[in-house]
Amino acid sequence: MRAARRRWSAWTIVLGVPIAGCGVQELPQSALNPAGPVAQSQDQLWDLVFWIAVVVFVIVQALILIAVFRFRDKGGDEIPKQVAGNTRLELLWTIIPALILVGIAVPTVRTIFELAEDPGEEALDVRVVGKQYWWAFEYLGDEGQGVITANELHIPTDRPVALNMQSLSATQPDPGFDQEPQVGQPVSNGVIHSFWVPRLAGKQDVVPGHTRPLTIQADEPGTYPGQCAEFCGLSHARMRFEVIAHEPDEFEAWLASQTEPAEPATDALAAEGQELFESQTCINCHAIDGYESAAGGAAAEVRIGPNLTHFASRNKFAGGIFDVDDPEQLAAWLRNPQEVKPGSQMPNLGLSDEQIDALSAYLYTLE
Amino acid sequence: MTAVPADTGSTGLRILQRPKATTGLWSWVTTTDHKKIGMMYFIATMFFFVVAGVEALLLRVQLAVPENDFLSPELYNQLYTMHGITMVFFVGIPLGATFFNYIMPLQIGARDVAFPRLNAFSFWVFCAAGIFMYSGIVLGGLPDGGWFNYAPLSTTVGPDVSGYTTGGGSGELAYQVHSGRMLLYSVGLQIAGIATLASAVNFIVTILNMRAPGMTLMRMPVFTWMTLIVAFLLLFALPVIGIALWQLMFEVRFGANFFNPAAGGDPILWEHMFWLFGHPEVYILVLPAFGIISEIIPTFSRKPIFGYTAMVFAGVAIGFLGWGVWAHHMFAAGMGPVANTAFGLTTMFIAVPTGVKIFNWVGTLWGGKVRLTSAMLFAIGAVAMFTIGGLSGVTHSVVPSNYQQTDSYYVVAHFHYVLFGGLVFGAIGGIYYWYPKVTGRLMNETWGKINFWTLLIGFNVTFGLMHFLGLWGMPRRIDTYYAGFGWEQLNLIITYGAFLIAASIALLLLNVVVSLRRGKLAGDDPWDARTVEWMTTSPPAHYNFAEIPQISARDELWHRKHAVSDSGDYVRVPAGGSGAIVVREVEDSDIHMPDPSVFPAMSAVGLPIMGWALFTSGNLMIVMLAVGSVITVGSLFAWAFEPSAEEGH
Amino acid sequence: MAELTTAEASHEAHATSLGLSNEKIGMWTLLGSECLFFGALISAYLVYYGRYNGQPEISPALFDIPFTSVSTFVLLMSSLGMVLALSSIQRGDDRAFRVWILATAMMGSVFLSGQIYEFTVFVNEGMRLDTSPFSSAFYLMTGFHGIHVTVGVLMLITLWSRSMSGRLTSENSEVVENIGLYWHFVDIVWIVIFTAVYLIPYEQATL
Repeated sequence: MRAARRRWSAWTIVLGVPIAGCGVQELPQSALNPAGPVAQSQDQLWDLVFWIAVVVFVIVQALILIAVFRFRDKGGDEIPKQVAGNTRLELLWTIIPALILVGIAVPTVRTIFELAEDPGEEALDVRVVGKQYWWAFEYLGDEGQGVITANELHIPTDRPVALNMQSLSATQPDPGFDQEPQVGQPVSNGVIHSFWVPRLAGKQDVVPGHTRPLTIQADEPGTYPGQCAEFCGLSHARMRFEVIAHEPDEFEAWLASQTEPAEPATDALAAEGQELFESQTCINCHAIDGYESAAGGAAAEVRIGPNLTHFASRNKFAGGIFDVDDPEQLAAWLRNPQEVKPGSQMPNLGLSDEQIDALSAYLYTLE
Repeated sequence: MTAVPADTGSTGLRILQRPKATTGLWSWVTTTDHKKIGMMYFIATMFFFVVAGVEALLLRVQLAVPENDFLSPELYNQLYTMHGITMVFFVGIPLGATFFNYIMPLQIGARDVAFPRLNAFSFWVFCAAGIFMYSGIVLGGLPDGGWFNYAPLSTTVGPDVSGYTTGGGSGELAYQVHSGRMLLYSVGLQIAGIATLASAVNFIVTILNMRAPGMTLMRMPVFTWMTLIVAFLLLFALPVIGIALWQLMFEVRFGANFFNPAAGGDPILWEHMFWLFGHPEVYILVLPAFGIISEIIPTFSRKPIFGYTAMVFAGVAIGFLGWGVWAHHMFAAGMGPVANTAFGLTTMFIAVPTGVKIFNWVGTLWGGKVRLTSAMLFAIGAVAMFTIGGLSGVTHSVVPSNYQQTDSYYVVAHFHYVLFGGLVFGAIGGIYYWYPKVTGRLMNETWGKINFWTLLIGFNVTFGLMHFLGLWGMPRRIDTYYAGFGWEQLNLIITYGAFLIAASIALLLLNVVVSLRRGKLAGDDPWDARTVEWMTTSPPAHYNFAEIPQISARDELWHRKHAVSDSGDYVRVPAGGSGAIVVREVEDSDIHMPDPSVFPAMSAVGLPIMGWALFTSGNLMIVMLAVGSVITVGSLFAWAFEPSAEEGH
Repeated sequence: MAELTTAEASHEAHATSLGLSNEKIGMWTLLGSECLFFGALISAYLVYYGRYNGQPEISPALFDIPFTSVSTFVLLMSSLGMVLALSSIQRGDDRAFRVWILATAMMGSVFLSGQIYEFTVFVNEGMRLDTSPFSSAFYLMTGFHGIHVTVGVLMLITLWSRSMSGRLTSENSEVVENIGLYWHFVDIVWIVIFTAVYLIPYEQATL
């Protein structure tokens, strides 16, 4: 946070924002506080251009003020000299800005191509799926096949993470990474989202019918919040997520724990909730690996809503806007999802308070 | 030259009596006088400005505190969409048209525009578009996909897949509501586009062909030059969005497939077509203000514009380069590094001609005798504020840095500095500057100065702070946000700033209204100005000039007021001297002007009827389409048979 | 159409700055804009060329090139009719003018009938507006052109009726010239569309 603090005070001085009393501000989603090499290279360019802009700004405003004060009409009849122009001056203020821009252009172009490079073999491959209004993250490759989380992307530090991002229909099941959705499939009927974790990387739009790459990387363990940055409908503001960076060995441990299927519920209330999960049709949209269905396991694999296998191990739910730790928020969500998150795909199932208690109890067993 | 062959007497095709009223409501409906049309544009524009401003205030109230529930997301989306659409299409473009209509013909010494009835047609079609657009209030909601209206959110999917707005009703019902809103967007903007295209043709022909004798292209005032460039930009940009809107309309209403990925279409095509129009649009909005500033600053510095030629060519260059930068709105869309580089570089270099303009304005001030009237304050304020917008524009062109800025509040800050700082400040300067010409009275200067300083402060508080919000990670177009990201205080202060802007604008409008009766009498040339429009009476007679002036210099009026002394200096010619202007009184009947006509307004009536037809289906739709087209085509047909001016009138 | 200008209406009508009439410059300006209209449509068509999305395609057999070539020929010949109509009115030969202007309108109508027939065939073969991006782009582009021809025919008929009521003489025949510009433009655009649609070799495009 030291960098953030320094930045904040610098900003306060530069533009004199008079926000008394708020003291040191936490800016967890600030692009000016990069926490990885990608965001770092973008921020370096910003610093360069920002200071050039400040200098130009000061020069222009000073010229305007000087001109206005020095040449104010102080009365008298004399007519100012009717100067129509000055070719040399005009050439000067055409060429100098052009040269400054060339100076900006060179590092810009270099960085564009650097950022577009493939991160290579060592990168961790993750498939990102944007839906109205939440994110799914699916770990690819041998190490993490089958692990799917929602609104929470865990990554190892000091290792590039290659994201393959797709936008899918909110109402259709995700066919999975081995059957990438093609243009022309109903499942392609998603909308444009934009994946943005300001402290790790700038935005990349997620466009239906295409797979978009983005590389992110974190230097230090920590939680980096992000959110959808392209208008995607009623709950665009409620489409948040977190990137959580771990030390590599901790990450491996996390990944291993996530590959475990869910245990059947043992205590009575949770077991009741487990039954409700099927009888109240939750199972039609949500997958829980290892769920033993009365009607057979196949239905548990459907991927319309988030995979709930390790629900209780997450920090947030419902597009990253509610705390898993807060049973009241979970109860409110189960009671009427539309009320707390307008436009959400989860319908109001008309659950009674007892049913909500039981379902919550079951969900909290999914660690 | 007679306009009409001898047999005008045969009134077989005369459906309606030629309107004769010169006062009263009917005279305004049927007028073909560019000045009256300009005034109507002004009133309509100010109406929409207030509407869009109120929308903005509602948005700001919602965002004042985190997790606010003042507006529902549904309402918020409609309001932010309509704020954008209204400000761009129903304030920005017609604000330009207001000044073009009233001032440009006067500046080139013309009696009217080239096609007076087409001009009236433009205005009435523009009004029809506004009415059509806002008819959503009673037709199931206003457009809610943003002014950019990206597919497929705008086409097949809709912002409300769950049917939340229809009470959790069926997806089909939700889609019906959605497609109605998108029809308002696509058809409403097409109607507005017809109006604007017609006026673009009109202005181009007027400027190219109706200049007073001696007024060569390089003697035209900079404002007239900017009018010409804007008209050309409109001429070429509107067709692109027109086709995109046409495609959108067929997609949402008739099931065509253009932007739906599930049916093989590509949403990126919409983005390209939208921004291929959308970026020239920025220059369409801001160049008129550049023209206004270029009139005000020389007048109140008592110097000619510095580097006239550079000024003109910088405008032309901006117009040209404006076509090669559209995809900088799409850096994050995934076009690949090569395209991003190309568009990043063109975007950077459009800063060069823009910079030339700013430095030339400073050069005009330098060494002059600067009078800080309200008009001048606004003009200088526009230069200063636009500079900030221009510089943040350069930071956008740095593509990797743009990945962070795009779709955040930093962009909101940027384009408000360009459009509010440039266009609105410039246009308000234009209002203070030309008000005495239009009304014959001056606006209140004290109020004007209060207006300027409150607006400057309110504007910078509101939009200046948005730069921080964006860089600190706040995305655009969100109807709410959560505490803990460092955005709370700034958002609250910004909301206060927005209300300060509103108060300042209220003062401006009050000044406009009150000065109509109470303002000091202005006389023909209250500012000691330099250009031709100040050579006629204030307000000008309906024929503008009793005698068309012979132009021999760039700042014609200034040269008429000054002579070269023996020592080579300019000296003022005493009033009434040989070179001075003479406003001759003439009898109205000496000058033959186009007569009023009812057909332009009448032909506009059919267009929204055809638009509303799309909300229905089956026979009713066919009947409504038929009625609408009969009205429009019939009026145009009658128009074709109506002489521009009656014989022997 | 027949917009009479302030320059004409004003008694002291001074010569226009460019020496051309307002209407003629207006028409050229409008046509400049039209280039962009058709440019956008043709681009969209080429982007979606062959995107059938697994839906019925226009097979080479369906594209009846001889048929379309004939209607194209008729449309191109109508430009000749337009030229002859203009030269008749300029000579003051009202009778010949009326014949040629009606012939031109007739040829335009023949072209339109051909287009309507062709659309009917395609729809019956299962290629409708909503079938695929290709069909949407095809109908929008050719339909938009068809609307232009229709407007042109309406204007030609207006000219004819003005001539019949004696309001069109060799003195004010410039309106014929201007509408002729429009008519020739619409013809030329068809040549481009014809090339893009019918002459680009058919191939099975894959996505």
